[in-house]
Amino acid sequence: MQDEKLLVVNNLKKHFDVTKGFFKKDKSYVYAVDGLNFDVKKGEVLGIVGESGCGKSTAGNMIGQLLEPTEGEIIFEGEDLLNLSRSELRKRRADIQMIFQDPFSSLNPRMRVFELIAEPLRTHRKLNKKELRNRVEEMMDLVGLNRAYMNRFPHEFSGGQRQRIGIARAIALNPKLIICDEPVSALDVSIQSQILNLLVKLQKELDLTFIFIAHGLPAVKYISDRIAVMYLGKIVELTTKEKLFEGALHPYTEGLLSAVPIPDPEERTKERHIIEGDIPSPENPPNGCNFHTRCPFAQDICRNEEPEFEEKANGRFAACHFPLNTHLLEKNETVQST
Amino acid sequence: MSHESQAVVNDISKDELVENRPSSLKRWMRLLWRSKTGTVGLIIVVIALLVAIFAPLIAPYQPQEINPVNMLKPPFWMENGSMENILGTDNLGRDIFSRILYGSQISILVGVMSVVVAGFIGVTVGLVSGYFGGIIDNILMRLVDSFLAIPTILFALVILAIFDSGVFTLIIVLGVTNWVNYARLVRGEVLTLKERDYVKAAHSIGVSNFKIIVRHLLPNVISSFIVISTLSVATTIILEASLSFLGLGVQPPTVSWGSILSDGRDYLSTSWWLATFPGIAITITVLGIIFLGDWLRDVLDPRTQK
Repeated sequence: MQDEKLLVVNNLKKHFDVTKGFFKKDKSYVYAVDGLNFDVKKGEVLGIVGESGCGKSTAGNMIGQLLEPTEGEIIFEGEDLLNLSRSELRKRRADIQMIFQDPFSSLNPRMRVFELIAEPLRTHRKLNKKELRNRVEEMMDLVGLNRAYMNRFPHEFSGGQRQRIGIARAIALNPKLIICDEPVSALDVSIQSQILNLLVKLQKELDLTFIFIAHGLPAVKYISDRIAVMYLGKIVELTTKEKLFEGALHPYTEGLLSAVPIPDPEERTKERHIIEGDIPSPENPPNGCNFHTRCPFAQDICRNEEPEFEEKANGRFAACHFPLNTHLLEKNETVQST
Repeated sequence: MSHESQAVVNDISKDELVENRPSSLKRWMRLLWRSKTGTVGLIIVVIALLVAIFAPLIAPYQPQEINPVNMLKPPFWMENGSMENILGTDNLGRDIFSRILYGSQISILVGVMSVVVAGFIGVTVGLVSGYFGGIIDNILMRLVDSFLAIPTILFALVILAIFDSGVFTLIIVLGVTNWVNYARLVRGEVLTLKERDYVKAAHSIGVSNFKIIVRHLLPNVISSFIVISTLSVATTIILEASLSFLGLGVQPPTVSWGSILSDGRDYLSTSWWLATFPGIAITITVLGIIFLGDWLRDVLDPRTQK
């Protein structure tokens, strides 16, 4: 993996104005994304996990330039996307593509498969008829769609096949970054693994860079190199997949880890950390550490002071006053070389 | 694993040609045949159009030909009726049948063309307003509101009083007074459509606003537009009748169904046939257009294809 940073996100925020009433006396906001900092290296897969409403899709939409951030920078190949002019941005869009969650609503029901896959090519590349057709056929082969189905409409396909069309659209332009916004959560479990395998295969073959958003760890674990855990609009922990599964620093991550179902009953000996309570409203986030309302280890400092998101040990970033698994921290400090 | 089996499937199909889908025309004909109302609608509309075009050849009399001897003759099956005037004559002895044939020209032309004009303005405003939102939406929708506040007939009266009343003015006036309905309908549809993922997807690909509107939104609002517009062909024919009745529609000696209808109104209690037959003509034509519109909506939706 090259160490070149493809994307750097600095202090990214999105606050939705939800002020009610006509006279707008009291402004109120939903702090959907409240200060994200991370980077994505070329050729890697960064997984983002978190429960519903934690702002992971909002973050994806902002990077995909579908939502305008309230604050922050999105630096793509050294260029702040938010400072680009409209026409420059339109050209840049060819480099950042998205795969959407719901394959039933992300394809226009009135367009044929050929038109759907050709749309990005028509928008950004000047191809003649034959080149266009060849490219579309190539894409269909690549994602495992039968070429013969070129003239079909989306409603004639199953969910998995539709998602393949979505993937073909996303990779048609050879983008540098693909944002996968829960690409498998709307699919049948039996199909999920097929689509995940396809994504892994394409990522390796085409040397793609992914931001892979999901609400549970299993899918992310399978595909990601590094994983960011989000809670209430913030990243609470960010580290490589191996290190994360070795042991979490943040109690929330610990909770997520122990929520992963274990298929073998014999192995279900490990004590489980079940996170209790509900996620607080992002309209009125708690003071101090966002997680203190549900954290079993919360102290006074957690209620008053927001923990810094910092590198606790080599390659392990977390935002917590009292990180767990401290033995891992020491162990890692000695193994500096990785 | 699973994608390996997919790869095998692909190898087999590599040389296979793209499967043949039925051509659009064939599909249309088949859908038409399957839908009884669609067939009936098409037949009615075709007949109405043929009648309008060939009226001078079919009509036994000139529409304005006065025959004082034959005033208020009933249709042929009634006492005193004769085959010379199969649908009877009016108070000036003019042949009702011939007048209906000639009247169809103006009525169909005005009915259809003003809906086209109204639809064009309304759909454009609705698409722009719904898609861009914000200030543009506010301005356009307030404009729509102000148009809604003006009584249609009154507005038409003013315009027709200022300009020469003729068929062309009539079409424009009816078009301009009716576009608001389409604008509101289309805007509403667009508001939901633009939140769909495929519009977002097109955005993220970098498709221009114009192309998103034309390729993604327009085809998806067309079906509801067709339903509403076929219904309003009917109201427009009636509206033209009211304007003609007020003397601001087409001027005599030009005839339209509306003008025949209003001429016959005074004789409704004694000679019912004066107003009834043009009324029936309007009803049948409108029904035909509605049937055809329903079928068209089905045809335009690829999901109904089997």
